[in-house]
Amino acid sequence: MDLSTTYLGLTLKNPLIASASPLSQKVETVQRLEEAGIAAVVMYSLFEEQIIHESLELDHYLTRGTDSFAEALTYLPDSGVYSLAPDRYLEQVRALKAAVDIPIIGSLNGVSKGGWTRYARLIEEAGADALELNIYYIPTDPDLSGAELEEAYVELVAEVKAAIGIPLAVKLSPFVTALPHLARRLVEAGADALVLFNRFYQPDFDLDELEIVPHLELSTSAEMLLPLRWIAILHGQIQADLAITGGVHSGKDVLKAMMAGARVAMMASELLQNGIQRVPAILAEIQKWMQEHEYESIRQMQGSMSRQAVAEPAAFERANYMKVLNSWRELP
Amino acid sequence: MQPKMITIDGNEATASVAYRLNEVIAIYPITPSSPMGEFADEWAAKKKPNLWGTVPTVVEMQSEGGAAGAVHGALQAGALTTTFTASQGLLLMIPNMYKIAGELTSAVFHVASRSVAAQALSIFGDHSDVMATRQTGFALLSSGSVQEAHDFAAIAQAATLKSRVPFLHFFDGFRTSHEINKIVPLSDDDLRALIDEELIRQHRARALSPDHPFIRGTAQNPDVFFQARETVNPYYAACPGIVQETMDAFAKLTGRSYHLFDYSGHPEAERVLVLMGSGGETAEATVKHLAKAGEKVGAIRVRLYRPFSAEHFVAALPETVRAIAVLDRTKEPGSAGEPLYLDVVNALVENGRTDVTVIGGRYGLSSKEFTPAMVKGVLDELKKAKPKNHFTIGIYDDVTHTSLEYDPSFSIEDPETVRCVFFGLGSDGTVGANKNSIKIIGEETDNYAQGYFVYDSRKAGQMTTSHLRFGPKPIQAPYLIEKGQANFVACHQFSFLERFDMLKYARPGAVFLLNSLYGPDEVWDHLPREVQEDILEKKLKFYVINAYDVAEKTGMGRRINTIMQTCFFAISGILPREQAIAEIKKAIQKTYGKRGEAVVQKNFQAVDMALEHLHEVNVPDKVTSTLHRRPPVPPEAPEFVRNVLGKMIAFNGDSVPVSALPADGTYPSGTTQWEKRNLALEIPVWEPDLCIQCGKCVFVCPHAVIRQKVYDPALLKDAPATFKHTDAKFKEFPGMAYTIQVSPEDCTGCTLCVDACPAKDKSQVGRKALNMAPQPPLRKQEAENWAFFLSLPDVDRTKVKPSTIKNSQLLRPLFEFSGACAGCGETPYLKLISQLFGDRAIIANATGCSSIYGGNLPTTPWAVDSHGRGPAWSNSLFEDNAEFGLGMRLTLDKQNEYARELLQDEAIRRIIGDDLAQALLEADQSDEAGIQAQRERVAQLKEKLAGKDDPRVRELLSVADSLVRKSVWIVGGDGWAYDIGYGGLDHVLASGRNVNVLVMDTQVYSNTGGQSSKATPRAAVAKFSAKGKDLPRKDLGLMAMSYGYVYVAQVALGANDAHTLKAFLEAEAYEGPSLIIAYSHCIAHGFDMARGLQQQKLAVQSGAWPLFRYNPALAAEGKNPLIIDSKAPTIPVSEYAYNETRFKMLVQTDEQRAEQLIKLAQQDAQSRWNLYKQMASIRYNGQGEA
Repeated sequence: MDLSTTYLGLTLKNPLIASASPLSQKVETVQRLEEAGIAAVVMYSLFEEQIIHESLELDHYLTRGTDSFAEALTYLPDSGVYSLAPDRYLEQVRALKAAVDIPIIGSLNGVSKGGWTRYARLIEEAGADALELNIYYIPTDPDLSGAELEEAYVELVAEVKAAIGIPLAVKLSPFVTALPHLARRLVEAGADALVLFNRFYQPDFDLDELEIVPHLELSTSAEMLLPLRWIAILHGQIQADLAITGGVHSGKDVLKAMMAGARVAMMASELLQNGIQRVPAILAEIQKWMQEHEYESIRQMQGSMSRQAVAEPAAFERANYMKVLNSWRELP
Repeated sequence: MQPKMITIDGNEATASVAYRLNEVIAIYPITPSSPMGEFADEWAAKKKPNLWGTVPTVVEMQSEGGAAGAVHGALQAGALTTTFTASQGLLLMIPNMYKIAGELTSAVFHVASRSVAAQALSIFGDHSDVMATRQTGFALLSSGSVQEAHDFAAIAQAATLKSRVPFLHFFDGFRTSHEINKIVPLSDDDLRALIDEELIRQHRARALSPDHPFIRGTAQNPDVFFQARETVNPYYAACPGIVQETMDAFAKLTGRSYHLFDYSGHPEAERVLVLMGSGGETAEATVKHLAKAGEKVGAIRVRLYRPFSAEHFVAALPETVRAIAVLDRTKEPGSAGEPLYLDVVNALVENGRTDVTVIGGRYGLSSKEFTPAMVKGVLDELKKAKPKNHFTIGIYDDVTHTSLEYDPSFSIEDPETVRCVFFGLGSDGTVGANKNSIKIIGEETDNYAQGYFVYDSRKAGQMTTSHLRFGPKPIQAPYLIEKGQANFVACHQFSFLERFDMLKYARPGAVFLLNSLYGPDEVWDHLPREVQEDILEKKLKFYVINAYDVAEKTGMGRRINTIMQTCFFAISGILPREQAIAEIKKAIQKTYGKRGEAVVQKNFQAVDMALEHLHEVNVPDKVTSTLHRRPPVPPEAPEFVRNVLGKMIAFNGDSVPVSALPADGTYPSGTTQWEKRNLALEIPVWEPDLCIQCGKCVFVCPHAVIRQKVYDPALLKDAPATFKHTDAKFKEFPGMAYTIQVSPEDCTGCTLCVDACPAKDKSQVGRKALNMAPQPPLRKQEAENWAFFLSLPDVDRTKVKPSTIKNSQLLRPLFEFSGACAGCGETPYLKLISQLFGDRAIIANATGCSSIYGGNLPTTPWAVDSHGRGPAWSNSLFEDNAEFGLGMRLTLDKQNEYARELLQDEAIRRIIGDDLAQALLEADQSDEAGIQAQRERVAQLKEKLAGKDDPRVRELLSVADSLVRKSVWIVGGDGWAYDIGYGGLDHVLASGRNVNVLVMDTQVYSNTGGQSSKATPRAAVAKFSAKGKDLPRKDLGLMAMSYGYVYVAQVALGANDAHTLKAFLEAEAYEGPSLIIAYSHCIAHGFDMARGLQQQKLAVQSGAWPLFRYNPALAAEGKNPLIIDSKAPTIPVSEYAYNETRFKMLVQTDEQRAEQLIKLAQQDAQSRWNLYKQMASIRYNGQGEA
């Protein structure tokens, strides 16, 4: 049985990828992931803000209060040499590449064009097999139109693409007016793959303190239906690989993703929650299902239930919504 | 080939040699020598090897006494060992210095010499510390410049190995230790050539070793001690010769020639000065200048002061000399003369030169300026038939008339040297930029360069002055740029113009650069009249730049350093503009490059944009302004404040005559109120409709600028129109009005009050009962409101039960407007003491931040209430504060006991009556009402005793106040309590006496710049723990608890204010020793001080700082005395720690070590919690669970 797939020009032994998460922060964890059978690892993200702000913050606190008071001309020893988040990130790319044989995909998270994008090239130079660019932006300005924002995304992708020789994946948010159009433009700008979707960590309210508090919840399988639909819609319409992420928890989830048209399925929550030993279990589940249903390869099923491949494309569209609404009945 | 010159300060110049020539370095922080220890620790952390390829072991000790002990031990075991110190630190080393010298041990101590505290502490330079060691047997070698400090560090090491006499190499604190100058560095090869390695092996061979054992350090009896003491004489006799030989060898090696006594001046000089240290540079330059003009004058610079070679001294004198003035930078009250003077007199007498007139005088105490004009003044005095002996120079002594007159306008400044003075705000980066500039000039041009920097004694909002000189000739001018001598004056803060006379430094035709919000066409009319006059009179070239605008646009915030630096280079033309910009950028890359690209880019942009905004002002031809420079204190201030403190505030303290100053160091309380510093850009504004009157804002305010009052609403009839008020919500004060008022001109804008405010608008949660708003438009109105608020009566203390935050904060703070950092974590605790107990408190304050913001002139925050009562405050030393406070308690107790005895006296009873006597003796003073009643009884007592002519009556009158309960507070930081003062603290706690100890625990030596103490937590980086502290913090509370009779509390007011309040009240009420360990966030932690309270919460939640109270009174009731007042850890320590740069920077420098240490820090928190938990659950006296 052939579980292999290709993604971003890389041949992978199976479609299971560890998505950008703390799983890649330790070399030892990635080694265990490799042993467990994961096909590739997307590293945790290096944020635009980290590249800029950590530098500014360190400078601020090393400088604040200095040369002001005769007895304390400084307050912290200045070691002179710092390994900031970007340096540590690049070091981690190198360390992971040296430690494992599976592909390592770097991840950059940001929205604006600017000096920070040179880290795309540095990540490549550090040995990454590919780069995932995570576009994470919350538009709050009513004067900013969707078109302007999309234009900015496209320019950013083009800028990053121009800087590197390795394949580029772009991780998107689902909150786009016309996703297929944007997807096509991003691919035209240089994206070799699209990763659907970015999960936004939603802030919560603390009613006692009347404060906004950050909130992190791991995904559930139910969440996968959103990217599943859009992968099914995009498959065959754009010239790029598709990857699913967010809500992939089981072998069945992976199989669905493949049938929708994804080349790979990325998971993090399941592994964070239930451990790396889930990788062989999920792979076994996939194999078992394929065996039972007489599938020979993953490639065989990829896109088999995409919008273009199903008998009733409308199932992905508005009609399905009507059907679901109508199927709901109040309990007696 | 001449090595490339480098531009560094005296501390680095010294440390770079000392580090390379030693194996063990024992350190302890003390200004101004701390940077030497910091360099050593940082270099060791970076594994920089010494001359022999091994990294010296650098160890921080608990005190200088400890450092000296460790040095002694290390030497006895055979290591090349050194230490760095100053002032009181050196005094603590004296006992060991006798031992080290008595055992003829080769070693060098490097001392940045500093005043010894007498009527006051001073961090500045003079020789009083070194002079206190001249009897120890150490050789004393004096260097007078940065180059000499570098050179003599090496010469001392070579000479000590050869002579076996230990050396103290000293240079002037600040003037040399902190002056940046261009020097020729000594290479490793130079040092190797100078140090005889065979002598090092001999040093090791003399060490203790069980492989060839002997004993050293015996006790001797009358039979031989004396003779044994005389055995060392040949070594001392040989020492001067050895030093000279070493100096000669050094001269061969480097071309720089030194002698035991260096003469300069006219070969046939008749009048000669003798002195040592940096003053020698000034004297040398001045006599050369005068000799060139034909004056027969000279100067002898003393290099080797001990052993004093009279023979070499006399040989150095020109035969022609007729009169000598010896200048000592120290004072020995009651002596026949200062030490160098006596040595010179003796040398002349013993060598038959009694024909020479010798006078002695004092100069330069505590870094008092010593200028060519003063040198000339002294030389002129020598012309007189009867010159004044035992004189002073540089001050005006109108009491004992010791001072010599001199002409301050005399100057020898070289016209080829360019002189620049810059006035900056501490936080704007001016000094840092100037340090960079002087390095650029020194290292990238052929010019010689010198930089010296003057700071204010406040920690926030202070002015800095940079004095830069550069030019084609070596700069031998260890004094500030004088009035009328600067070619360039820059004012980086517009508001300084109305406060200080800066243009007095400008010479005619000089350049004046001003950072101004107003452009070239409008600035003129915004200048004070006096500034306009100076510009016109001196025909200054005037430039403006809106540096804040450029800083804002380039993301520099308020830091205008690189912007002003660029303007300086552009205007001064010291380098071609393009090259200057390239060099500035190179310096930026070097300074900030390792901190990341973003910082570099931000600074580059600032440089690029600066020149576009620099404009020359077309100066009008007449004075137009109606604005005047404002007086430093308002006219309604008391006379002493106006005439004395006001001069100090205006940086004009040098003009204060001796008669104006108290003879015994006593100064009035409550003087910060007169110094309106207007630091805040924004101040809190109160919304009465939202306020719940909880008092939390008042509680947390570090500066006592936000206060609440309840008062009779009828008083509002005189209120200013904008004065806010509402109905008081206090059950104790029905029908009263309530106001929260901010002092706009004293507020620092730290925002802690807003952070603490729990009242949020239900329709707009971002709006609280306190919100920040720009200060300038509110300043006038709120200043009027503040004045009215102060006029409202303070609450009657007997009517307030201070057990709630709300009520306690009605009590007037008697600690206000200190010069502490904005948002300081320590001061709210002191303020709380002042509120709760201030009117009967006596405070012993350990040296440190709190003694500086508490008692550094010109003003003090310790204030008085409307009855004229308030905290009585004093600072003794760093190391003895617990004992100092105990002494206060002993006196109060003794006087109370004596007064009580006198109250039993029959004669007295006949006068005052038995009822009053008994009431006085039996008074219950456990609350404010009881204390007030006792005060009234004491008043009655005094009234009845008044005028009675009886010795016992007079005795009772003089101790009657001791009958009112007093509260003794011993306060200080962790450096004192955990380290240098721990032995004393332990003893005082053990004494059982009723003292209250407050440790404001910032977990580092904050005042000296953040050196590690035993309170520093594991995984934190601090100076002296540059690799990250690898051991857990000491559990001082647990140690104190072990006595069983000490009240102990650990508090964090940001985490639990009510708990803090309770602990203070319980500690004070406990009739025995109490210890409160208070979490004090600090600028040295490297985090946003506005988040100080939140950070305290996280510290508690993570278990890094558990809250508890240990009350022995509970044990007496059969209960467990330990109550843990915080919950089991709910967040990891890292969540607290990694908000702070001190922890985070270890991740950035050594991620693996950071990971290990934070894991251990987590275990520390957990195991401490477990231990406390178990202790708190122990059954006491079989009375069941606590």
